[in-house]
Amino acid sequence: MTERNTTVDEFQEAPPRINEWRRFWRVFLQRKIVIFGLVVLFLLVFSAIFADLIVPYDPYIGVMADSLESPNSTYWLGTDIQGRDTLSRLIFGTRTALMVGFITVGIAGIAGVTLGLMAGYFGGIISMVIMRIMDALMCFPMLILAMLFAAVLGGGIQNVIIALSIATVPGYARVMNGLTMSIRENDYIMAERAMGSSNARIMLSHILPNSLPPMIVLVTLQLGMIIMSEAALSFLGIGIKPPGAAWGAMVADGYRYLTYTPALSFAPGIAIMLVVFAFNMVGDGLRDALDPRLRGIL
Amino acid sequence: MAELLRVNNLVTQFKTESGLVKAVDGISYYIDEQEIIGLVGESGCGKSVSQLSVMQLISAPGEIAGGEVIFEGQNLLNYHANGPEMRSIRGAKIAMIFQEPMTSLNPVLTLGRQLTEMLQLHLKMNDDAARKRAVELMSMVGIPSAESRIDDYPHHFSGGMRQRIMIAMSLSCNPKIIIADEPTTSLDVTTQAQLMELMKDMVERFHTSLVIVTHNLGVVARYAQRIYIMYAGRIVESGTIKDIFGTPRHPYTIGLLKCIPRLDEEEGTKLVPINGLPPNLINMPSTCAFLPRCSYRLDKCSREPWPPMTAIDGNHYIRCYADTKEK
Amino acid sequence: MNSKSNDAILDIQDLKMYFPVTRGLLRRKVADVKAVDGVTFKLKQDETLGLVGESGCGKTTVGRCVLGLYKPTGGKIFFEDEDIATFSEKKLREIRSKMALIFQDPYSSLDPRQSAGSIVGEPLKIHHLVLSKGEYRDKVDQLFSIVGLDSSMTDRFPHEFSGGQRQRIGVARALACDPDLIVCDEPISALDVSIQAQIINLLEELQGSSKKLSYLFIAHDLSVVKHISDRVAVMYLGRIVEICSSKELYDNPLHPYTRALLSAIPIPDPFVEETRERIILKGEVPSPLNPPPGCSFHPRCFMAIPECSQALPPLRDIGDGHEVACIRV
Repeated sequence: MTERNTTVDEFQEAPPRINEWRRFWRVFLQRKIVIFGLVVLFLLVFSAIFADLIVPYDPYIGVMADSLESPNSTYWLGTDIQGRDTLSRLIFGTRTALMVGFITVGIAGIAGVTLGLMAGYFGGIISMVIMRIMDALMCFPMLILAMLFAAVLGGGIQNVIIALSIATVPGYARVMNGLTMSIRENDYIMAERAMGSSNARIMLSHILPNSLPPMIVLVTLQLGMIIMSEAALSFLGIGIKPPGAAWGAMVADGYRYLTYTPALSFAPGIAIMLVVFAFNMVGDGLRDALDPRLRGIL
Repeated sequence: MAELLRVNNLVTQFKTESGLVKAVDGISYYIDEQEIIGLVGESGCGKSVSQLSVMQLISAPGEIAGGEVIFEGQNLLNYHANGPEMRSIRGAKIAMIFQEPMTSLNPVLTLGRQLTEMLQLHLKMNDDAARKRAVELMSMVGIPSAESRIDDYPHHFSGGMRQRIMIAMSLSCNPKIIIADEPTTSLDVTTQAQLMELMKDMVERFHTSLVIVTHNLGVVARYAQRIYIMYAGRIVESGTIKDIFGTPRHPYTIGLLKCIPRLDEEEGTKLVPINGLPPNLINMPSTCAFLPRCSYRLDKCSREPWPPMTAIDGNHYIRCYADTKEK
Repeated sequence: MNSKSNDAILDIQDLKMYFPVTRGLLRRKVADVKAVDGVTFKLKQDETLGLVGESGCGKTTVGRCVLGLYKPTGGKIFFEDEDIATFSEKKLREIRSKMALIFQDPYSSLDPRQSAGSIVGEPLKIHHLVLSKGEYRDKVDQLFSIVGLDSSMTDRFPHEFSGGQRQRIGVARALACDPDLIVCDEPISALDVSIQAQIINLLEELQGSSKKLSYLFIAHDLSVVKHISDRVAVMYLGRIVEICSSKELYDNPLHPYTRALLSAIPIPDPFVEETRERIILKGEVPSPLNPPPGCSFHPRCFMAIPECSQALPPLRDIGDGHEVACIRV
């Protein structure tokens, strides 16, 4: 190789550099609603992390004398039947919601991506087995499936996470399977094989990075969904058990006193709405910035 | 032969995020009756855009920013792009054949429907007459048993067959001019030859003029009578094929002819590539666009704007300051 | 291994590659697409063999079989005197450091999320050919300069390059392991006319300076193939119909298909064009699913006689290594 001195004397000029990051941020932040979503998410994450420091009262032990108060200067969002401060419980509920959301998406995402990647790359019998199981799981609406698992496993944050993970795996597997199959057809994958790359190297270093942008968008959109499903399970009483602070359970608790202190149900209800909305807006923004061709697909 | 179409100083530009792209930057050409001309250039040189501009088929962000397209004594650019005058010209008097035979036919309609549509629209034929004419056209372009295949859908046909159908469609209203935009590029070599021969026969039979838009110098050498060489939105050289291939004078034309391998070349012939890359058309300077790649450049070239087309002999024009005769 | 030869780097004998056509849930095989059906040729060291034909003739499949990307249905592929058609996937991976592939499409053949430098250096990593980070970087820089790219561009991504520059990256990647054989699959047909010559010259220069590099040059454009190749094999429907030196191919083409193919390619010179023979073939290439009996070209052939549909004409040598498969010559 060292002896190879070619006569290619003129170097090809370098074209001007395109700054991908600057372009990403410009498109991502160009809509105000996306910035709003980002601000909401930042506040939520902040309050979830520093919940212990910022809550005005203990979220678990109330003052019985102050039960069912309407919003006032002492209790900004009022209190529940046991005299616990709604605002404090709401802040602790953020922690539950985000924890369930992120852990579930993490577990389901990793499992789904792995299954979809294997099915899409190897095809044949492996794909058939994996994807038929996923199809079977997908026959049921996600919430029904989650309810089924939650009912079998019993309540509690762990079981909610497991139930929601199983229920959402097929979605990731489906998308990843499709992405893998289309990426696999590119010549650069053939080039890798022609160079002698192993299957693992092709899957991890080439297919996975190329499927990341749509997967990131999917994950962001899914986070809102998961949080809402967790709230639904808790509302139905098969999710987070009392005295744990969960938005869904809070809506259910307050429901009985809706005419007396509506804030008790409305506050967690609005929180759920806001968080789902914020994740969806940020997901939309990410999609436009990462890959506008996905519009209408995700 | 009488002049049929004349384009003067046509400018078509696209407003993009990164700046103004003058895809066609003041081109002028003409075509006589029953003449075959070639419009040759690389991708992005504006050859297709210029033809779409003639048909007023440019859509936003593109716009025709100036010039004239004189056809039968009328400036077509005075007509509204979607007005009745323009629509009665498109397909009927000036027809177009596109590169992609796979996408230029509607997949959910039978060929019969698509062929008779034009006949009914422009020639006001009734159903039976149109169908009869469609079958006639299909057998004329070499589709076997046209009678039974007229009710087939496009996916029943191969790429070459579909391009034959496109040729039949373009001929259906007996147009004055057919514009063929890279008509055979996506097809196999022997199919290309079949179709080019067919087009040549057809334009002779129908007394039609033909504009061949292509990057393939061989095709124009074989079929065209005159050619225009385009680079970066402008015509840089024009003349009869014998002028251009016999005594090429613009540095770009000279470069092109030296950089393509020829079947009849001597063994061991070295290709002489054109260095560098075609220019990015965004916010172009007013000097010659070929200047950075040119081996004949003079000091004058980087100071003065692009020269106008100047006659060097008879009908042979170039847009260049340099004297390229001897080299 | 009595048939092995010493001067040939690649010796393909009766290569067959059938793709099954399956139907239904159980993937029952209903037919075979005979993409390559009995191809035999040799490629010597430092030689370029052009493989030319129209789409569906099996030229790309031959190239992929050579690299072991497809498992052949039958036949032998001797690469440096070992029959790689029998190799396991693991042994194939090792042998692929000695051969490389250059693709047609400079856009889809480079991973858009990898920097140009790591694309070029990928084979070095796969085959563990460098010991240190520094050596790796030097090697990548050197590869960049060999193909005429500035080594300051190693950290850029494929979308920042033009088509011709991307193809140079593809060439640099192919050279990384210092291969003995490069399969070039239509390496210039996606490029602009004025850029094509740059890549052709680059490939020629690389071969000239290496003295041991062989190319299997696959293309549909006979004028390009003739220019770069020492010998040319013309394929039609999975078989070689004629193989000879590239000079002989233009001066003395014998097979009617070769003659039709040559005449179909116009020469950019109106003075020559005026006097050239023009053969316009009838019909289209038949489906490889159901090829015609006998000589598969006979339904379109202007020289066909009834005997042509009887038996498959073998490839026979008519002197000076000019082989042709036609009973009429």
